[in-house]
Amino acid sequence: MPVLEREGAQIWRRRTTRESLVRWFGWFLGTAVFVYCWQIISASTTWFFVWDAPRIADDIWTRATPPKWGYITQLGGPIWDTLNIATLGTLISLCLAVPVAFLAARNTTPSALVIRPIALLIIVSTRSINSLIWALLLIAIIGPGVFAGVVAIAIRSIGFCAKLLYEAIEEIDHSQVEAITATGGSRWQVMAYGIVPQILPAFAGIAVFRWDINIRESTVLGLVGAGGIGLQLSASLNVLAWPQVSLILIVILAAVVISEWVSAKVRGAII
Amino acid sequence: MLRLQKLTKTYKTGDQALKAIDLEVPKGQVLALIGPSGAGKSTMIRCINRLVEPTDGGVHLGDMDLTKLGSSALRKARREMGMIFQEYALVERLTVMENVLSGRLGYVGFWRSFLRRFPQSDVDEAFRLLDRVGLLHMADKRADELSGGQRQRVGICRALIQNPKLLLVDEPTASLDPKTSRQIMRLITELCKERGLAAIINIHDVALAQMFVPRVVGLRFGEVVYDGLPTGLTPGKLTEIYGEEDWEATIEKVDDEDIEATE
Amino acid sequence: MSHRELDDMLGKGWRKPAFVKNPLVRWLLIVGFVAYLIAAFMTIEVDWGRVYEGLDRGWAFILAFTSPDFLSRWSDIWGGLVESIVMTVAASVVGILISIPIGLGAARNIAPLPVYVVCRGIVAISRALQEIIVAILLVAIFGFGPLAGFLTLSFATIGFLSKLLAEDIESMDKVQAEAIKASGARWMQWINYGVQPQVMPRLVGLSMYRIDINFRESAILGLVGAGGIGATLNTAFDRYEYDTAAAILILIIGIVMTLEYLSGVIRARVQ
Repeated sequence: MPVLEREGAQIWRRRTTRESLVRWFGWFLGTAVFVYCWQIISASTTWFFVWDAPRIADDIWTRATPPKWGYITQLGGPIWDTLNIATLGTLISLCLAVPVAFLAARNTTPSALVIRPIALLIIVSTRSINSLIWALLLIAIIGPGVFAGVVAIAIRSIGFCAKLLYEAIEEIDHSQVEAITATGGSRWQVMAYGIVPQILPAFAGIAVFRWDINIRESTVLGLVGAGGIGLQLSASLNVLAWPQVSLILIVILAAVVISEWVSAKVRGAII
Repeated sequence: MLRLQKLTKTYKTGDQALKAIDLEVPKGQVLALIGPSGAGKSTMIRCINRLVEPTDGGVHLGDMDLTKLGSSALRKARREMGMIFQEYALVERLTVMENVLSGRLGYVGFWRSFLRRFPQSDVDEAFRLLDRVGLLHMADKRADELSGGQRQRVGICRALIQNPKLLLVDEPTASLDPKTSRQIMRLITELCKERGLAAIINIHDVALAQMFVPRVVGLRFGEVVYDGLPTGLTPGKLTEIYGEEDWEATIEKVDDEDIEATE
Repeated sequence: MSHRELDDMLGKGWRKPAFVKNPLVRWLLIVGFVAYLIAAFMTIEVDWGRVYEGLDRGWAFILAFTSPDFLSRWSDIWGGLVESIVMTVAASVVGILISIPIGLGAARNIAPLPVYVVCRGIVAISRALQEIIVAILLVAIFGFGPLAGFLTLSFATIGFLSKLLAEDIESMDKVQAEAIKASGARWMQWINYGVQPQVMPRLVGLSMYRIDINFRESAILGLVGAGGIGATLNTAFDRYEYDTAAAILILIIGIVMTLEYLSGVIRARVQ
């Protein structure tokens, strides 16, 4: 606690002069970086459009309302596809994430020097890249369609699920594993009796959580051609059919809200 | 039946937990292992069934040297040694019955155990054991719904269903209240007598050890410093094992409690 | 009594009690799930010939990772990357600054009901709309360029951070806050002395995490014209320039890993 002596009186300060200076310099630097970033954004913005924005927004709003309710009859198929992309993608990714998680967890990996880093690399690289980019890539490879969407969601989710799962594996109670080992159980039996029951609740929670996220993500995969309701969105945007766009947005919002509700219910039931 | 020969364990950090221990346990003898924390009691028990790999020396069970076994032979050998743990170490999210049956894992194949289709004889034995410890009505409860004493009884059943020759017991009463502790110790020693099992009971409560077992081994800094009858534990001997302290009170209390227990 | 019970049980089989007790419900769930899976698989049209053809291209793409081409389109990559980083920094700063008052307002234990409802409403809207859809609308309104991306990311940051901050405030230790109130502090003083010290470490951690997410998201905003590296990546895929695409992906993964590492260090320091 710095106490300054000034004119014979003791003055208490929260920080020493040096600390204060460092702090001020930090804030100054941060502000400078922000201002610089803003300059770059500002330089590549056509400000005329921005000043015009309220009028355009108003224009879009009048065109988009009321939504074209009749169009909903054509959305049944795309919604079904969206649901399938999310669900099948989640299921496939879980099948792949489980072995990756076991290879990545410190206490179950067969080799901490070789296999663990590979598993961690899989986790980081699949996690860092958005599912839209995976979809873009897969469309270039296997062509557009629902299948590309399923695979994109599956790949993107591996890293997410495996990361949470391997953290759960590392937190298990070791004495339970030791007890099963002491009965003479084989490696797989130790896994099935000592480890799996302990991580099962975490696994179920992760699965439902990721499914919820995947519903959101699969609604927009169609923008790049990977199937689902996003295809309709992108088609409607291309022809500037705003009443259809607004209806699709309402449907997507409803899907997101429902999936969040379902996942909250299921998680509540499990835990 | 069990013979430790110059059993040594040196941890990677350089700590020598066990210094060339020699010990022989005849068939059917129950033995208490006492000593201060860090004396190597836990390590010794775990070196016997190789949950901890011994650095040197031999562990002979019958005429088999456990330290020389490959992994599948080791699993066969582990079936002969039931283990009971300090914090029970039940798999908490499995039912009581599954926990008991997990003692048979060394005998059944993976898929059978995975699908929970244990042979009828195992299931019957599990029922009998649960009945013996008074928990039959709890068979389908989840292990984490049980109290401490009940959990330890399930732990005992899990060890016994292995049909072992030897029990390795690691601080069975450390997390239990005094009354339950005695009940559990009594149960273990009774069951050993019924089935003619040898047992090594790792325990820090000297009074409790003196009350129930015929032989006490004292361990200090990884060496055996006492091996004999519980009555031979004089204050001098206890000082040798645990260090300087006023031991009269402990020993007297033992006598009182002994009378109480026999009443 | 007990022994008769035992005699009854001996010789009878034992089954693990089922997770879903009611057998009818259990079978309905299983049959329903299997039926769904079959229906879902039936409706996914996979052109296996196309997939088979694609395997070559997929392999070429994987090979491209061994020889990424940073150079031939370096100016595009550099421009996109700078734009992504600039958007991330600016949007994170603005988003965090705005989300603090909204987070305070969305915490039931410190905000009056009307404020609470408004703030929760903002959070709900921001969370329900995915980044990419917001970006589409903002591009339509403000025109192409990083401004739309910046606004999108700021908006998404507000929803994310405010919600978590509010939850953190709601679960804080009441006694500490009460003690400050008891000293006669004004509302701002009370927040500054009673609330802020409790939630600050977590706020810093969450902010770091959000910066990480913002960068990842900024990589896809370019797909809809909202600036950033996504546009460059999209072009690379369109031209089948896998080595350039690989280079971009490697850069993204590298930056995300660095950010994760940094946020780990910072979170460890503020704890």
